[in-house]
Amino acid sequence: MLILLALIIGFLYAASIYMFLRRSIMKLVLGIIFLSHATNLLLFVTGGLRSGAPAFTNADGTVDLSTISDPLPQALILTAIVIGLGITAFSLVLIYRFYKETGTVDLDELTESDKT
Amino acid sequence: MNSVILSTATRVLLPILLLFSVFILIRGHQEPGGGFVGGLIASMAFALYTIAHGVAHARQIFPLSPTVFIITGLSFALFSGLMGLFVGLPAFTGLWGAYEFPVLGPLSTPLLFDIGVYLVVFGASTSIIFTLKLKE
Amino acid sequence: MNAIVIAPIVFPLILGLITLSLWQNRRLQEIANLIGSFIFLLIGVLLLYQVLNEGILVTQAGNWAAPFGISIVADTFSSIMVLITVVMAFAIAIYSISSMRKSRHICDMTNKRQQFGYYPLLNIMYMGINGAFLTGDLFNMYVWFEVMLISSFILLSLDGTKLQLEGTFKYVTINLISSAFFLIGVGFLYGLTGTLNMADLAVKIHEVENQAMVTVVAMFFLICFGIKAAVFPLFFWLPASYHTPPISISAIFAGMLTKVGVYSLIRVFTLIFIGDIGYTHTLILWISGFTMFVGVLGAASQYDMRRILSFHIISQIGYMIMGLALYTPLAIAGAIFYIMHHIIVKANLFLVSGLVKRLGGSYDVRKVGGLVNTYPFLGVMFLIPALSLAGIPPLSGFWSKLFVVKAALDLHSYFIVFVALLVGLLTLYSMTKIWNEAFWKNDPGKCSSEKQIPGLFARQNVFMSVAIIMLATITLAIGFYPEPFFQVADRAATELMNPQNYINTVLGGVQ
Repeated sequence: MLILLALIIGFLYAASIYMFLRRSIMKLVLGIIFLSHATNLLLFVTGGLRSGAPAFTNADGTVDLSTISDPLPQALILTAIVIGLGITAFSLVLIYRFYKETGTVDLDELTESDKT
Repeated sequence: MNSVILSTATRVLLPILLLFSVFILIRGHQEPGGGFVGGLIASMAFALYTIAHGVAHARQIFPLSPTVFIITGLSFALFSGLMGLFVGLPAFTGLWGAYEFPVLGPLSTPLLFDIGVYLVVFGASTSIIFTLKLKE
Repeated sequence: MNAIVIAPIVFPLILGLITLSLWQNRRLQEIANLIGSFIFLLIGVLLLYQVLNEGILVTQAGNWAAPFGISIVADTFSSIMVLITVVMAFAIAIYSISSMRKSRHICDMTNKRQQFGYYPLLNIMYMGINGAFLTGDLFNMYVWFEVMLISSFILLSLDGTKLQLEGTFKYVTINLISSAFFLIGVGFLYGLTGTLNMADLAVKIHEVENQAMVTVVAMFFLICFGIKAAVFPLFFWLPASYHTPPISISAIFAGMLTKVGVYSLIRVFTLIFIGDIGYTHTLILWISGFTMFVGVLGAASQYDMRRILSFHIISQIGYMIMGLALYTPLAIAGAIFYIMHHIIVKANLFLVSGLVKRLGGSYDVRKVGGLVNTYPFLGVMFLIPALSLAGIPPLSGFWSKLFVVKAALDLHSYFIVFVALLVGLLTLYSMTKIWNEAFWKNDPGKCSSEKQIPGLFARQNVFMSVAIIMLATITLAIGFYPEPFFQVADRAATELMNPQNYINTVLGGVQ
């Protein structure tokens, strides 16, 4: 499972960097989405991969650490996902406005703000 | 969109979905659910209505501006966080009332916070839907 | 209890809500924001006063004990940063009253912006900034960064012009990548140590067996905060975006946002990643040298006032990072002093350039001229921050450069001293360019000859001038009376260099 997740995370990072290097703005945003998903999965792995038991203490207050995974990274991911959702929505609207304003989605034409 | 089936169904679905969203909100106290999901379901009800009848109609049955919901929700959430300060505990401390209500359970700051989240999510999503739908 | 510790975070949210609910009425919104900003200022002063008297203040959010809950910590360094934020918030609140009005001479200052929530967003951004300064938890810092970023995204793109959208796009993309680096760093750090509380991390990080991995994680944080702070290879987004929004937004961005990155760098590299100083801090020293030099060279090639100033932000960041890299008490104190001086001066220069645009007709220094004849007082108001930025004694920039350079001389790092002094000279060249072009040479255009342009203290400009004079006064105060400012900075540096006190207060301070 760990190896599978590692491969997926690596693949997502590779895909996101590939998308960053494309010229279309839409693909750039897809790249950002992949990047945040890859990062979320990476956070998920840090909590340990043990399945089958919820992260509760036993009735007598003891904790069996061999059966449960750390719930904190999952809470962190939840926060990161919601933030990512907001940012993705914002960038999509930004693209839409940008397209309406300029009629282009080509990254190579974003040179206006860098001209002296 | 002009579909008789959709517009008739929406009339029935709207109150049911709103009720369901409140159910999810209260259920979220101990079980899966909560303000975020509840708010999304409530805004989906209005999204459906907007798709069936158009923005103008939806605004008619939706008398308040979505911003009002966002402001109220944020104030609720903020107030629930500051409650702790009033009783001499650090801010954001969860407080529970002594009396158990039949459905709600004890009144508490987490519940107040959840209602705040519900209102913010509802307000924000409906305002997004209205804006995007107007653009069409 | 320490309610004052969370007040700088909660109060801007309240103010944001008030201004949001008044968004139909521009006049009321302005008044509410001005009064609110004044209270905000008092809160900041009170926080620093309490911290100076009582030492580090901690509150554990939600009453969860320290390493498990989120600690909110105000030490001297964070309180200084909060105080500067509220001073800037107050200055911007005053300035906006005039600058956000429709003026006959400036068409880009439409009041459409205000209806879209200029004031509420500004206040939410202050909440994010103060949250980042006061939090004692790394993941919480990420959340505050995002609060700050999302509001800054919208502020940048509010007017929706082509240039603004383009600038925003670059800013958004690079900041999202930086956030991803932050999260990766947080993930690895949690995997290594099992904690995210910064005080707890400072203890546990030394127990990690794989110290090489810790350095790798340190690099993630260096890249992430480096992007936010606009250091050498990662700065290109800044001159591409900071000159696009309305000037009051540019000013607050130029003053505050990059400094949040510098703050985080200083915080993390004095508290957590101090295991391999020989590697990390030497790297930071190299970065600082390049940052200073490349920034100032970039400025030399520009003619738009805002772009010249944007490049100078980068070169000035170099000095602050240099203070961190030298890692002696004097150097850190110098860096903190530099931040105090820089935020005030840089924001003020942007505010002045807004007034130059309004009175002279353009941001392009080639197109305006003769301002010293028509507005001699504006000339003085420009010269104070400009000469201070270049480091001319006895203004505030001189002292801040002096402390950093003195610290480098103590360590016999003569090369970086050479770079720092050379950059100071080139900064003076840049400022002279603006002065010569915009103020000294004859007016090339027809702007001023056509009709009577209202003066500095005319009704529609008076609040802009008041804000500029206020900040210039602070610059002069720091310049002529640096002793108390340096003492506070020195105290902050002492706390940073001896983190044991911070750690004990946070971890042991469960109420």
